[in-house]
Amino acid sequence: MSVAIELKGIEKNYPGVVANHDVEITIAKGNIHAIIGENGAGKSTLMKILYGMVKPDAGTIAIFESPATIKSPQDAIGLGIGMVHQHFMLADNATVLENIVLGSEPMKAKVVVDYAKAREHLLNIIKTYGLDINPDDLVADLGVGVRQRVEIAKVLFRGAKILILDEPTAVLVPQEVDDLFKNLKGLTKNGLTIIFISHKLDEVMAIADSITVMRQGTTVANLVPAKTNKKELAEYMIGGELPSPRPATTKPREEKVLVVTNASANDRTGREILHSINLEIHAGEILGLAGVEGNGQSELIELIMGLVKPDAGSVVTVGLDTQDSTLREIRDHGVGYIPQDRQRDGLMMAATLWENRILGHQQTKPMSNGIWIDKGAAKSDSERIIKEFDVRTPSNAVLANALSGGNQQKFIVGREMSGDPKMLIAAQPTRGVDVGAQAIIWDHLIEARRNGTGVLLVSADLDELFTLSDRIAVIFRGTIVDYLDPRKTTPEQLGLAMTGEKIA
Amino acid sequence: MKRVNRFFWALAAPLAAVLFTLIFVSIILLMKGANPLSTFQLIASYGSQPENLVAELNQTVAYYLAGVAAAIGFRMLLFNIGIDGQYRLAIFIAAVVGGATNLPAFLEVPLIIITGVVVGALWASIAGYLKVKRNISEVISNIMLNTIASGLIIYMLQPGRFGLKGGLSDNLATPTIPKSGWLPSLHIMGGELYSFAFVAIAVGVLYWVVLNKSVFGFNLRATGMSFRAARASGVNAPRMVFITMALSGAIAGLTGMGELLSHTHTYSLAFPTGYALTGLALALLGRSNPIGIAIAAFFWAFLEQAAPALDLNGVPKEIVMMMQGTIILATVTSYEIVKRITRRQQQRLVGAAEAPRVDADAKGVKS
Repeated sequence: MSVAIELKGIEKNYPGVVANHDVEITIAKGNIHAIIGENGAGKSTLMKILYGMVKPDAGTIAIFESPATIKSPQDAIGLGIGMVHQHFMLADNATVLENIVLGSEPMKAKVVVDYAKAREHLLNIIKTYGLDINPDDLVADLGVGVRQRVEIAKVLFRGAKILILDEPTAVLVPQEVDDLFKNLKGLTKNGLTIIFISHKLDEVMAIADSITVMRQGTTVANLVPAKTNKKELAEYMIGGELPSPRPATTKPREEKVLVVTNASANDRTGREILHSINLEIHAGEILGLAGVEGNGQSELIELIMGLVKPDAGSVVTVGLDTQDSTLREIRDHGVGYIPQDRQRDGLMMAATLWENRILGHQQTKPMSNGIWIDKGAAKSDSERIIKEFDVRTPSNAVLANALSGGNQQKFIVGREMSGDPKMLIAAQPTRGVDVGAQAIIWDHLIEARRNGTGVLLVSADLDELFTLSDRIAVIFRGTIVDYLDPRKTTPEQLGLAMTGEKIA
Repeated sequence: MKRVNRFFWALAAPLAAVLFTLIFVSIILLMKGANPLSTFQLIASYGSQPENLVAELNQTVAYYLAGVAAAIGFRMLLFNIGIDGQYRLAIFIAAVVGGATNLPAFLEVPLIIITGVVVGALWASIAGYLKVKRNISEVISNIMLNTIASGLIIYMLQPGRFGLKGGLSDNLATPTIPKSGWLPSLHIMGGELYSFAFVAIAVGVLYWVVLNKSVFGFNLRATGMSFRAARASGVNAPRMVFITMALSGAIAGLTGMGELLSHTHTYSLAFPTGYALTGLALALLGRSNPIGIAIAAFFWAFLEQAAPALDLNGVPKEIVMMMQGTIILATVTSYEIVKRITRRQQQRLVGAAEAPRVDADAKGVKS
């Protein structure tokens, strides 16, 4: 077995914080090697070291069994290391070929780009690795999955033998994930080595040949999927046992917290974005809303909260007809909202945690008293949230933007569950958070359900939908196409329903 | 400990800026062949003469109100460059209303003041409306509104409309406000301090209390910090933007009111322009904090009062403008540096808080 990468005793210190220490990883050539860990475990620092963006303080790196110093991404590319970033860096108004060539153009007589040569090289790559892309497509017309393949081709075009993929599945729907995995297998068959960074354990178990777990800046375990399981991986990641969600034992109640009847809504241009929606949520029930992103989920949330008024039909949220209620009234009547984009819709990033505790509750007790804000109550209650939801912060006077994403999310979830809301809208409540935070958030959602809160759970994570939902509604092109019972449905059937296919 | 730390950094920024400015201006003075030490001494001694101090305080009040008006806008990320038009139109109409009525003093004075506030608010709310409903930058509309206000005032000041030819000067002016609409001055240090200063203090207190303690103030700040998060939390964010613009205009309408009520008793074109830029600069220097703005406003008035003395002593008085400009740039820069330092400190604390608890959890569960 020849070794592609060997890292020994890698250490990197930032003032006051150890980002990496005693990192030991050996990656065999032709393997898919997964590196997993919670947010902040040191995965990205390590990858930056490998890609020459950060200089390590100590340790040695060997690439293809010869020692290497990597001072810049150029060095890394020279050594055959390529990085596919989580956020794509493609020019929309250029073709696939132009995007791939950009920055490493083969030249004719040193002045003109030799497109013929570039095309030949690219077609060769496409054929060898079985990547399904067309050099002449405009990038703007391509879906997320194809764009990712373009990014991979771009790295291969530059002669990469080792590919680093940073959370490649975060942006993909289940079918696209399958395609990606097939491509990755194709790459390794031709001798490439792949480093796959993730915190989704299912995927890691499915695709990796070997796994390294990182925690608190160091490598804590090197494993092979055949000899481990998800539970063990999770325990290595969080350094303890994963709190498993307590099973729901209560039944949904009669009382309804949401009644949407034949509701339709148009956007500003008059185009129908929601069509004849019928939706009911009972107190003490979690209704999952499944769908490929962009099929009307955000509009439905705005409709339920009364930000958008229905053009036809009616929406009654916690007993208030949204047609003649403001968002303020609806929220003060007991509606919690965990927004999908927590940093833009959920927090004042430049304000302290205790000030953020007030947000959304500024006109109700105990956060305010008539026209005055109750600072003391805000501070003590933010302390409660920090404890109950395990928000890791030195104090409640820290600015929200200093916390990591998972801790921000835990704080938001804690805030939105304060005061036992009648209804909770949770949009992607665990997206981008690590397993530990996910377990805490799931546990609290189940707890809210038990206390009689009706929950609308909008999620792209099928695992989450199956674990938590009493029923799953499927939204497709602005309308609810199906209701499924999670106990009698397979993930494949749900995935199919999300693409608009009717389940027999 | 933490409180001391924060206090230190809050003071370090402006002090460093002042130090930098003194050094920079000294270099310029040396290049011009002037003695920096004696120049600064001249400014200090001339500015601190009693009769000058009172004049400076009166000017401070006007600058301060313009600064507070700008600061309210800043809290909403609004750049109210329209303070100039708002204040002049407000004082003009307040003077017209005052000149046309003759109520008892306890009604006449409030009538004039409220007129100014309402006119300022209404004029600013045009820009607010355009911003919220038509998505037009308040900077552009306010610049236009300033010009329109100037035109309106000149038109209405013509004799036969609301204006009169002044007695001694050729300046057009509104009819003089009757004595019942005069606000007395305090005689101190051989000068006359407008008692309107107390209104300015009250405005500062009200600004601070409302913004930091009330639900309304929370909604305002929340909308300024994150429009979308405020909206999701139930705040009618567009309406909040509109109200803030109007409030900024209302305070702008008080700028120059001390002069009108205690000194000129009539509006003429002699009322100064340029309060918008000064107000914005002072709000920046004072970090939108009322005490900070007051200190900055006094500093501004002090420098300007001392400027003529420089010319008499062979140093160009423009050196004062240079000091003002340098100090704005230096302050803004040093605040940004302090912000980065404190953010780095905080992230270090957060980093430390995230790590050890993982350990504790691990031990707790495994044992």
